[in-house]
Amino acid sequence: MKKVLASFMLLAVLFGAVSPSFAEEAAPVAEAVMATTEAPAAEAAPAPVPDKGDTTWMMLSTLLVILMIVPGLSLFYGGLVRAKNMLSVLSQVFGIFALISILWVVYGYSLAFGDGGSMNWAIGDLSKMFLAGMTGDSTAATFTDGVVIPEFTFVAFQLTFAAITTALIIGGFAERIKFGSLMVFSALWFTFSYLPIAHMVWATGGYLFEKGALDFAGGTVVHINAGIAALVGAIVIGKRIGYGKEPMAPHNLPMTMIGASLLWVGWFGFNAGSNLEATGGAALAFLNTIVATGAAALSWMGAEKVLRGKASMLGIASGAVAGLVAVTPAAGLVGPMGAIVLGLIVGPVCLWAVSGLKKSLGYDDSLDVFGIHAIGGIVGAIGTGIFVSPALGGVGIDGYEMGAQVITQATGVLITIVWSGVVAFICFKLVDMVMGLRVSEEDEREGLDTATHGERAYNV
Amino acid sequence: MKMVTAIIKPFKLDEVREALSAMDVQGITVTEVKGFGRQKGHTELYRGAEYVVDFLPKIKLEAAIKDDQLDRVLEAIEKAAQTGKIGDGKIFVSDLEQVIRIRTGEVGPEAL
Repeated sequence: MKKVLASFMLLAVLFGAVSPSFAEEAAPVAEAVMATTEAPAAEAAPAPVPDKGDTTWMMLSTLLVILMIVPGLSLFYGGLVRAKNMLSVLSQVFGIFALISILWVVYGYSLAFGDGGSMNWAIGDLSKMFLAGMTGDSTAATFTDGVVIPEFTFVAFQLTFAAITTALIIGGFAERIKFGSLMVFSALWFTFSYLPIAHMVWATGGYLFEKGALDFAGGTVVHINAGIAALVGAIVIGKRIGYGKEPMAPHNLPMTMIGASLLWVGWFGFNAGSNLEATGGAALAFLNTIVATGAAALSWMGAEKVLRGKASMLGIASGAVAGLVAVTPAAGLVGPMGAIVLGLIVGPVCLWAVSGLKKSLGYDDSLDVFGIHAIGGIVGAIGTGIFVSPALGGVGIDGYEMGAQVITQATGVLITIVWSGVVAFICFKLVDMVMGLRVSEEDEREGLDTATHGERAYNV
Repeated sequence: MKMVTAIIKPFKLDEVREALSAMDVQGITVTEVKGFGRQKGHTELYRGAEYVVDFLPKIKLEAAIKDDQLDRVLEAIEKAAQTGKIGDGKIFVSDLEQVIRIRTGEVGPEAL
């Protein structure tokens, strides 16, 4: 108990470092809320009003991303672990979603999308802490001048991205981490890796945003970011007991298939929703989210058949997820044929990453977060720089030049890898020192469901 | 009295049961088991991880019978459970010392 207390205090100190004057912040917040509640009457006329269609689409998209997380990712991951650890995975994903949703409105949104002044290249500020001053009339900009959506909707939509990114990481060290330590790590990593990377890539003034790095729906912010943290976690925490010696076959692949399917369905909100408006751009992202996924499922399936003699259900589902990851940064930027090529490439590359690469480096990334999300994300990020080309059917960007764009994309990838890797390493080590990262050998053998959560998934 | 224990392929269970009921065997006990014999296991591949599955699922069937039923019972099981392919299983026969019907207290062949 003391250890838990100590780590919360540590957390408080770290937050204190970000916000040097918590108490000072609170007063202006109250004033700001008062000010905006009076304001609309005076200056309502000139401000653009959100379109009802756009608003509906964005709320629907937000719901779809929630569908990706709580049932989708949970079941996809849950089916892949052994029966004795099923509930631990479900608890971890659910718990992280709950935690991040609160942290996001407390300070996350403000730090990710605020204006950080001299630090704006890396991070926002705390002016919108507790969503200060935000009302139903507040609006957020979209990619079209003069078109806005309710800021509450934008906050909710972006909340789901922060939550799924943090939840994705658990696959790297599933079946052996302490639940409480994971919660503390998640809060730390979200604060010091997710928020800065999201700001750098998506916020006005962010370093990669201004550099022109393209990331339509979060290839770097979500997938590379989470994939690297998962790899670091797998290495810091160490292999599962019996890894490579005892069988650790997935306990329920039909659940994994249901999870993968929910991920695919939800991903339409993720990718097409990232267009922020219900327009042709969203339609393009929507279609790409079907065809890239289909292509990647096919190419993984085919590669398995050729290399191992049998095409597996898990392979088809894994290929689909790899395709979804790869098309994430590209969704609204490449043409459907470009998306298909991207999908065809990413399947075999990720198959190699989860088998050959993983085996040769010897780490135990339990559910292949690195192999599918980081590697697939890198293929997608670089591929976006290539297939955005109008000559290859992409939508093109101002002053496009393929070589330069690929270099910019690679810069984004590299910054994300280093940033997330270093932050994850420090956070894991810190949590390990204060409260320990790994369950005891006895608990690990018994299974986390009974040892950590005091319940069993299947009482039959 | 004899105790006949047969290890058979799971999908052959119904045929064996029918054959035995047709010849006045009063009851059998069935258990789902795993084991290995001459039939090789198979490999399973999950993404990169390969597992060799040595133990295959079988059905263990036990029947307590009278001595004079033995030959016919063995023949019936053999015929019903046979596919001709490796992995059809085995039949073990042992002497049975005593049988008691719990409800009535009958003992010996009467209790079968």
